Amino acid sequence: MLERYALIGLFAFAAVTFPIVPLILAFLFRPKKPTRLKQSTYECGIEIQNEAPEAESIWVQFRVQYYIYAILFVVFDIEVVFVYPWAVATNQMSAFWVIEMAIFMLILVGALAYAWRKNLLEWV
Amino acid sequence: MELTAIIAQLVFFVVAVLTLAAAFLTVLVRNVFHAALALVGTFFGVAAIYLMLEAEFLAIVQVLIYIGAIAVLILFAVMLTRGMMQSQESGTNKQWAWAALAIAVLFLGLFILILQVPWVHSGTAVYTDTTPYLGTELLTTYLLPFEVVSVLLLAALIGAFIIARE
Amino acid sequence: MDIFSFIFNPFVGLYNLIRDGLTQLLLAAGVPADTTRLIVFFIMGLLVVTVVLILAPVMMMYITLLERKVVARMQDRVGPNRVGPLGLLQPIADMIKFMVKEDIVPEGVDRPVHLLAPIIAVVPVVMSFAIIQFGVGMGAVDLNLGLLFLLAMGSVATISVFMAGFGSHNKFALIGGMRAAAQIISYEIPQILAVAVPVLLAGSISLSQVIQAQSGAFGLGWFFWYIPVGPIAFFVYLLAATAEINRVPFDLPEAESELVAGYHTEYSGMKFGLFYLAEFLNTFLISAIGASIFFGGWQGPFVQQIPALGILYFFGKTILLIIVQLWFRGALPRIRVDQLMNFGWKRLVPITLALILFTAAFLWFYRGVLLFLKGYGG
Repeated sequence: MLERYALIGLFAFAAVTFPIVPLILAFLFRPKKPTRLKQSTYECGIEIQNEAPEAESIWVQFRVQYYIYAILFVVFDIEVVFVYPWAVATNQMSAFWVIEMAIFMLILVGALAYAWRKNLLEWV
Repeated sequence: MELTAIIAQLVFFVVAVLTLAAAFLTVLVRNVFHAALALVGTFFGVAAIYLMLEAEFLAIVQVLIYIGAIAVLILFAVMLTRGMMQSQESGTNKQWAWAALAIAVLFLGLFILILQVPWVHSGTAVYTDTTPYLGTELLTTYLLPFEVVSVLLLAALIGAFIIARE
Repeated sequence: MDIFSFIFNPFVGLYNLIRDGLTQLLLAAGVPADTTRLIVFFIMGLLVVTVVLILAPVMMMYITLLERKVVARMQDRVGPNRVGPLGLLQPIADMIKFMVKEDIVPEGVDRPVHLLAPIIAVVPVVMSFAIIQFGVGMGAVDLNLGLLFLLAMGSVATISVFMAGFGSHNKFALIGGMRAAAQIISYEIPQILAVAVPVLLAGSISLSQVIQAQSGAFGLGWFFWYIPVGPIAFFVYLLAATAEINRVPFDLPEAESELVAGYHTEYSGMKFGLFYLAEFLNTFLISAIGASIFFGGWQGPFVQQIPALGILYFFGKTILLIIVQLWFRGALPRIRVDQLMNFGWKRLVPITLALILFTAAFLWFYRGVLLFLKGYGG
């Protein structure tokens, strides 16, 4: 098994060098003539007001919905991980096998239904 | 076989050093966003170490859940925090000495424990594909924990929703 | 006899030839057997990696050309036709342009994060190429958990989106990055669950085993035909995967009318080129995986006799799926962000959960019938 992952390690090494090589090549070939105007942030020609501390000026108040989706995602991601070993445990295949997963899923669908009922899934 | 063992050792040391470096970076960097990224690096290192222990499923799940979900949750939380990029605050406070002492004691305890545990080497060959066995165990021996996990997840979710709605 | 098996499966034949030749050579030179094994393993690994890494950008370049041609046809235009015959050299010209384009780094960006974001966008996609089965026995690595590995690599892409959004020091990039991340995580669950359906049907997470399980009669036992489970799972997979890589109609993070170019607003030159590369490699990847798990990958008529046909089948199916995605792009308008989220969580997630249970129940029932018939007959 480790042999296969040694190859994956080789792939990982190659995958890291793969984007770095064109970056280095581009670094050698491209012109470098920075000007003040060129380097300003893309903001329809209006300068960012920079009296606030660094990066504070681009601050946007994001809605809490992002966080709720992230939590839902974590929970369902963990659930999905249980689906896979269950799916390949074919020697256990029986009515029981189906019912066990059904119970597991039903409890989590309860969570989804809760969020739905409480209008937490609304993007407004 | 000698050569393979040496290479495996070498790879382990490199991975371990990188993991520890990323872990140190996580706690030392002042920018919260950078700290979160360093944490992602630590998770990767841990996944690699799981692989070297032949815990294939665990390693891939580590990447899928810890990097793909937990780290993303942390990054969302960072993005929702005002003043996330202010780096003026000091990384330590007055209690660092006590914290260092507590951690030293904990480390020593764990270290001694690791040295004293008689690690069992199983004589039989390891399964090549462990996941079906994992599924079987989940459905037989660990059936109750398996179902309880979903209740735990439900509780965590509802708790998080209530906090987020405040 | 031997020569025929070589002609019918030339790439695997060549691989075996080089491997055996190298082993013989090293053994003849007096290198110990275990060292030889290690060196040959390493060199053959490097060879495979090199081939895949040369193949990947070439395919990516020609997918961009295909996209421009196909979309141009749909919009009643001609598309690129100036550089080379039929515009065949256009991607090379594009690549040269990326190389010589000035790399503008705006002031105030978080330099290390800004630089690392495009690299981290490319790395997981390239690593995913390791497990693709291009033909009979033509996968670089055959992992037991291939499909989970693939999904894990896909989930890493979210980090790069965050990095690009945060590192650019730009409101549009930040909002685009957040939207992209929220979209990716919302569609990841349906995608993972849709992939679980072929896993259930094949009883294995290994990609090669899933393809193997679809042999059927004449190599046409594709999981797509398992009505109604197969087609539904396939369409959910296609939609979710398209949403994962932010392509039309799910390209909200790059909605140019509101967000300029989303999280890569502040990228230019080769760094932008890398995001572009990642996007098209992803297009190829999801089509290749879709073709493998729902349409049998290299499976097809007479593939048992002439394995070389497998390569044609695989690439043919993959390119067809790519064209379906380009068709989306030519035909569909962008959807709204609230529609996007609602569709993901309120439709796709419940549908896929029900689908998994239905598939499991079906498998159990089917197995019961088989056992009953067997008991009846014997």
